[in-house]
Amino acid sequence: MKTLAELQAIRDKMKNQVDIRAEDSSCIRVVVGMATCGIAAGARPVLKAFSDAVQEKGLHNVMVTQTGCIGLCQYEPIVEIIEPGKEKVTYIKMDAAKAAEVVEHHLIGGEVVSKYTIGNSELK
Amino acid sequence: MYRSQVLICGGTGCTSSGSMKIAQKLEEEIEKNGLADEVKVVRTGCFGLCALGPIMIVYPEGTFYSMVKEENIPEIVEEHLLKGRVVTRLVYDETVAENEIKSLNETNFYKKQHRVALRNCGVINPENIEEYIGVDGYQALYKVLKEMTPDDVIKTVLDSGLRGRGGGGFPTGKKWQLARNLVKDADQKYVCCNADEGDPGAFMDRSILEGDPHAVIEAMAIAGYAIGATQGYVYVRAEYPIAVHRLQVAINQAREYGLLGKNIFDSGFEFDLDIRLGAGAFVCGEETALMTSIEGNRGEPRPRPPFPAEKGLFRKPTVLNNVETYANIPQIILKGADWFASMGTEKSKGTKVFALGGKIHNTGLVEIPMGTTLRDVIYEIGGGIPNGKKFKAAQTGGPSGGCIPPEHLDIPIDYDNLISIGSMMGSGGLIVMDEDNCMVDIAKFFLQFTVDESCGKCTPCRIGTKRLYEMLEKITSGNGTIEDIDKMEKLCYYIKNNSLCGLGQTAPNPVLSTLRYFRDEYIAHVKDKKCPAGVCTKLLSYKIMEDKCKGCTACARKCPVGAISGTVKQPHSIDTNKCIKCGACMDTCKFGAIIKE
Repeated sequence: MKTLAELQAIRDKMKNQVDIRAEDSSCIRVVVGMATCGIAAGARPVLKAFSDAVQEKGLHNVMVTQTGCIGLCQYEPIVEIIEPGKEKVTYIKMDAAKAAEVVEHHLIGGEVVSKYTIGNSELK
Repeated sequence: MYRSQVLICGGTGCTSSGSMKIAQKLEEEIEKNGLADEVKVVRTGCFGLCALGPIMIVYPEGTFYSMVKEENIPEIVEEHLLKGRVVTRLVYDETVAENEIKSLNETNFYKKQHRVALRNCGVINPENIEEYIGVDGYQALYKVLKEMTPDDVIKTVLDSGLRGRGGGGFPTGKKWQLARNLVKDADQKYVCCNADEGDPGAFMDRSILEGDPHAVIEAMAIAGYAIGATQGYVYVRAEYPIAVHRLQVAINQAREYGLLGKNIFDSGFEFDLDIRLGAGAFVCGEETALMTSIEGNRGEPRPRPPFPAEKGLFRKPTVLNNVETYANIPQIILKGADWFASMGTEKSKGTKVFALGGKIHNTGLVEIPMGTTLRDVIYEIGGGIPNGKKFKAAQTGGPSGGCIPPEHLDIPIDYDNLISIGSMMGSGGLIVMDEDNCMVDIAKFFLQFTVDESCGKCTPCRIGTKRLYEMLEKITSGNGTIEDIDKMEKLCYYIKNNSLCGLGQTAPNPVLSTLRYFRDEYIAHVKDKKCPAGVCTKLLSYKIMEDKCKGCTACARKCPVGAISGTVKQPHSIDTNKCIKCGACMDTCKFGAIIKE
């Protein structure tokens, strides 16, 4: 290794992996319901899609985590996005492709993808 | 990409309670549940809370599992990693709040800490250089080589106010400046690292080498650039196998990545590093003895001057700093002298790592800003003294330091304050004592250590410490007189003033400081022939209280020398001439009828 660019390249690659270990209360939390109902409905690929996308795109202020049963088992897989100071957004009947869309538009673009939220009656 | 990472402590404390086996089991279970692509296991250095080891943290949630056992692993993997349900029962109690899990940083143990030297310990995998680079590692070395002159580097370190963390507290920048400028035409200079941590109960340097070896390597290269050295040596004791192994792995990786060796970052600067193993002699922590030992000779000190900055290793100008001192350097370069100088007190800047031990709840490693009070360290971070006992003293500085009594609990900890009350910072061992500790016995313990470790080169230390020890022995066995105490004090000052090196010059400190604050205990030993704490066995006698004794004969059957007599259902008695004071009777008695006084 001879240049700063090489050093920075390794740093950026590793930063996404190391960042997960920092605890920060100001970050956006993406919570995936991973109770039996969620897992049965396919929550695992959703969780994986979120965590991969967040690390790939280097979203350092986003924390992807899992939780137990959210209580609306018929709408699983459920994903909640909790941003400090804003109302919680609940996405229902998610899959990996929808997750990628939510990362792109909501987490990066800041726009709620309303066609997948619980408020959308067509989904129910 | 992993969605979750499980950090498991690979420090010496947790390793000896089985953390590496747990890590292996964890990997097996993760594999079995098909999570190998999703969850990664990372073996890190010390988290600090050694009392609760083996320690495991699951990220991104930051769930802190303490005292983990191998048989808990399947449950944690299935419940937490697979289904996302935290196994609250196994989580560190302090982080469990109603309905939620608190962040580790909000617990009493971590709240008041400020981690600079330990910032990567328990966070990164020390055997992977890329993880260190991921937390801004080697950026400081780049900055120094490309953007700063050696004089800039020295000025930054000087301005930061960093002082030697090995005990003496000499300004680090000053040391570097002397090594750079004192000898103009030196053909070779050296950078050395003192990792010969020998105080009983101290494990700061060990944990840094185990948890963040690259920080030390990077800092030594920076020091090499600053003073104009191309070769460095880390002198580490062979009794630290994990530290030695990780350091060697780190050095090899740094060479592989071109961060050690010739023409680093294309700057023309050359620096390499080697490990020298110490055999564990305490005196080799003294700088001149350490360098004599690296040279391949018997580790004995020599008089100073000449100081190492002028004639050090192989009689060449040498900088020698302690592990913790080096661990601060990359941060100072990256964040600036002002940032570092903003922490701490007027004359002691930055933070200090302490190894908490003795009669305290949270045994472990803590890093606090200079100027934190001892009360905060013991009662808040340390969690207080177990079993409701009263605080009696804290010992800092190991065998070279002294005791701090309760009346000084609120003194802000820094170099000068500790010296003013007759102790010293030392390398950072902090042993807490409660009312069950006899201060004369403590002084004797440390003296025994220095008697064993005196290298024998100079008479005041070799014979003086031995005689001092014999006087303490006489006092604790009940044969001392008041004159002995005065004689002892005189001898202490004689040893202090006439010894060749730091070992002898500080060896009487434990005696002097206990005499200063606990003279009444010494007097109780010689005048009343009593040990107030009930430690010195020769001054104790066991007695059966007749009104409490039920005559169950349990003690009489247990006594190994047949010193207890009496008939069944009648109060028994102890023949003090036969009694060997083993205490077996007291442990056996169910009625609390036996007392020692």
